[in-house]
Amino acid sequence: MPDLLLELFSEEIPARMQGRAAEDLRKIVTGRLVEAGLVHDGAKAFVTPRRLALSVHGVPARQPDLREEKKGPRVGAPDNALAGFLRAAGLKSIDEAKVQPDKKGDFYVAVIDKPGRPAIDVIGEILPDVIKNFPWPKSMRWGVQSEKPGALGWVRPLHAIVATFGPETEDPEIVPFAVDGIAAGNVTRGHRFLAPQPFAVRRLADYMAKLERAKVVLDAERRRDIILTEAKQLAFAQGLELVEDDGLLAETAGLVEWPVVLMGAFDEKFLHIPEEVIRATIRNNQKCFVLRDAAHAKLVDKFILVANMEAADGGAAIVAGNARVIRARLSDAKFFYETDLRTRLEERLPKFKDIIFHEKLGTQAERIERIERLAAELAPLVGADVAKARRAARLCKADLLTEVVGEFPELQGVMGKYYAETQGEDEAVAHAIEDHYRPKGPDDLVPSDPVSVAVGLADKIDTLVGFWAVDEKPTGSKDPYALRRAALGVIRLVLDNRIRAPLKIIFEIVTDGWKNRNMQRVLDRYEDRVSRLEDALAVEKQKQKGAVVIDTPFPGLFGFGLEEDLLAFFADRLKVQLREQGARHDLVDAVFALEGQDDLLLIVRRVEALGKFLDTDDGKNLLAGYKRATNIIRIEERKDKREYTGAPDPKFYQQDEEKALAQAVGTAKADAERAVAAEDFEGAMRAMAKLRPTVDAFFDKVTVNVDDQALRENRLKLLNEIRAATRAVADFSKIEG
Amino acid sequence: MSALRLDDLPPHMRPERSFQGLILALQRYWADWGCVILQPYDMEVGAGTFHPATTLRALGPKPWSAAFVQPSRRPKDGRYGENPNRLQHYYQLQVILKPSPDDLQELYLRSLYAIGIDPKIHDIRFVEDDWESPTLGAWGLGWECWCDGMEVSQFTYFQQVADFECAPVSGELTYGLERLAMYVQGVENVFDLNFNGRDGAARVRYSDIFLQAEQEYSRHNFEYADTDMLFEQFRMAEAACKKYLEAGWQSPQSGDGISNNIPPKARGRHLMALPAYDQCIKASHVFNLLDARGVISVTERQSYILRVRDLAKACGEAWLATEGGGRSA
Repeated sequence: MPDLLLELFSEEIPARMQGRAAEDLRKIVTGRLVEAGLVHDGAKAFVTPRRLALSVHGVPARQPDLREEKKGPRVGAPDNALAGFLRAAGLKSIDEAKVQPDKKGDFYVAVIDKPGRPAIDVIGEILPDVIKNFPWPKSMRWGVQSEKPGALGWVRPLHAIVATFGPETEDPEIVPFAVDGIAAGNVTRGHRFLAPQPFAVRRLADYMAKLERAKVVLDAERRRDIILTEAKQLAFAQGLELVEDDGLLAETAGLVEWPVVLMGAFDEKFLHIPEEVIRATIRNNQKCFVLRDAAHAKLVDKFILVANMEAADGGAAIVAGNARVIRARLSDAKFFYETDLRTRLEERLPKFKDIIFHEKLGTQAERIERIERLAAELAPLVGADVAKARRAARLCKADLLTEVVGEFPELQGVMGKYYAETQGEDEAVAHAIEDHYRPKGPDDLVPSDPVSVAVGLADKIDTLVGFWAVDEKPTGSKDPYALRRAALGVIRLVLDNRIRAPLKIIFEIVTDGWKNRNMQRVLDRYEDRVSRLEDALAVEKQKQKGAVVIDTPFPGLFGFGLEEDLLAFFADRLKVQLREQGARHDLVDAVFALEGQDDLLLIVRRVEALGKFLDTDDGKNLLAGYKRATNIIRIEERKDKREYTGAPDPKFYQQDEEKALAQAVGTAKADAERAVAAEDFEGAMRAMAKLRPTVDAFFDKVTVNVDDQALRENRLKLLNEIRAATRAVADFSKIEG
Repeated sequence: MSALRLDDLPPHMRPERSFQGLILALQRYWADWGCVILQPYDMEVGAGTFHPATTLRALGPKPWSAAFVQPSRRPKDGRYGENPNRLQHYYQLQVILKPSPDDLQELYLRSLYAIGIDPKIHDIRFVEDDWESPTLGAWGLGWECWCDGMEVSQFTYFQQVADFECAPVSGELTYGLERLAMYVQGVENVFDLNFNGRDGAARVRYSDIFLQAEQEYSRHNFEYADTDMLFEQFRMAEAACKKYLEAGWQSPQSGDGISNNIPPKARGRHLMALPAYDQCIKASHVFNLLDARGVISVTERQSYILRVRDLAKACGEAWLATEGGGRSA
């Protein structure tokens, strides 16, 4: 069966867009082929800086013939209905239609035969459409044709199209189409400088081979492998180690068609600059790799560059040129670094008064002041020295105003640490400046030094409460202020460091700190919004005379204070986190459903204890007993339209099993509550476990639904006591199974 | 290659020896291709893009090919002559071709060859760099052109200028002349550039001409530029620009005489787009000076940029109503 080869030859496609474009091209073209009945064996897409290519294998030469039946009007329907049917079905007279019976009578049915068309014609219609509507993140117009509206847009000027179609054994045909004056053909070009002459191609195999001869490696994966292998070899030959960098590797592979890996050097004197700065300079600005000494794991004065050129002089001019640029860049970096060192971090702080953090949340100076205050409040909670936490919080953002961070924003924190160390700050303070941003992602380390923890928590919690208060919460996939990451950061800081931190109280500390300051207006506006919503809802209730489904722009806000709403967000994040660690989400729900659960560490410990308990026979049986009890109560409550709550009356106890249960419930509840108060969740579960035999015995021997109403009521109330008692450890109704 | 052969040049005129030789070589190359070679615009601008030969001529349907050197002033980039790479005044050579020719990349590469950069031994790359000028309401897609890891030019296909779609699109090339010259001359400090290509006593270096200027202007830009005057100048330029724009609209009926307050739909041609645009340029440069003096806060900064952008938009609109902008009489 024939193959399709497509190449879209253009000016340089940005490296970051290449991978996605190849994938889009494959998906869109193959999808359209299948839609057109051209089911094929497979497809592979390729991309270089100058070409986007696709090969589809085993495409049928023709579309399958289709027979379509179109149901028409009833036999004997009015003439205009028949005429409309004939027109729609493309029939000349009603005699060409079949008559078919149906439940309601006889109907006309038109049978339309759609003979399949040659695949090449269909492809010739699909491809121009795909090209015209290709989903580039940004596209542009160019040249003479850009004067007219509707000109073709492409990521950069598109120059030529190869589109061939045919079976392996023959010369393929050119798919006949043109887009905005560019006609498809079978001619392409090689490397811009090394093999610029045009040549004809047939299908993927000879296309790739000819490109390779013309100094183009079509497959990005292979270019990556070549770069990595050669870079490692060059490093190894000098006793060095390549500092691997996947992002940089992918980018360099997207900047060359013919990778040539070379090594250069820079002046040793630059090695006094912090390694992160050297690496950022060489990586971001020059897209070169750095190397380290295999023995000492320190950066060395060498770099690896990836050229797109097999130069006549063996690369001497290229290496010299790159080395010169790197030298100039490192000179700049060194100058920036040394300039930064001349100003103490605290001297930079006044400038923050002029920098807006967020239009509704004030200046950076105000924000830093809030973080400092909160860090001081949190310090005792996490075992940090208050003065150090304050100091670290005050300085933690100062490096944002340094030259190096201005140049390399990703070095925020790291540079602050270096500058703090140089100006003689306490080690814990210096580290907190770097580490308060952590954890930056799921794989990042969680700091354990108490000062870092205090400042990290303060920074994240201030951000969360602030954005919550101005209603900039994450919605769906939109989370521009990375609030989910901030909340997860708080959770991991608290759990990993086993910190007891009642969140609601902490949130209140934050908002208390806002009172009678600039942030008061944020609180006022929040209150305003809540009361407006409540008013709106009251009106709605009035209108609908009763319950209303709440559909407000701020669903989370309704009926909650700021703290409760934010707490619910934390509960969600914690659930996600625990689920990822393998905990059952229903157990998390069972614990959250209890009143006043805002201490993350206790919640997690309780969930763990509950999980272990439910794995035991006692646990499983107690849960079964609980379910049985609540089922009975639920059914009877519905039947009687009343609730069976309140203490049972001992005078109605008739059987020993009743008395035993009543006693056991009382004991278990009291013991469990005592254990919970002592934060001994395992103990609480053990207390619950003791209920099991009496519950089992009760269900064995006692009939609840007896005719004597007083007795029945009392037994239902006794069952309800089981439900009440278990709430000492969790809301069992949320537990599945 | 064209008839211009490097070998025919005397040593002091060769682009790899002489800064002015490099400029002359590029100008001859683009003149030979068919550009008009303009002289610098006689106002202070931050980049060649501000030259009306670029900003305004990029708008409208008329073909246009020009090349010119433009002294560019970036008050904030001054380093008192102490930094080997940064200057508050430097030269750009700008080429603007409308519509963008299909072989623009080839033309560019040949221009590099014309100044002695042989693509057979260098690594020349087009690295994504989209261009945007918030003050001009302009953007385009293109690249920075790298030679052995050094950015030597910017290459842009203008998509929008003054918030108007470019139809057709212009191709714009900007050569950072000092950087390019440093590269071909093989010097590490801009002040070491040989300006006139001569040796010994006859040699004039970049520092001989510009070092004192860099020192003086850095002092001026950062420390002494009269901010009261500059604030006033900004206001005056903005007001004058608006005044000329308003006064320039010609009523379509009368055909002569300029009248005020004509509603946009009834507007005919515009008769003062260029003088109005001068005031926009002025406002932009004054803003850059105020910014260098550090007297514009972050929030104000945005609003100043928007004010200049509004002027640029209105000037673009006026230009499109002139003969140069394609409006027939």
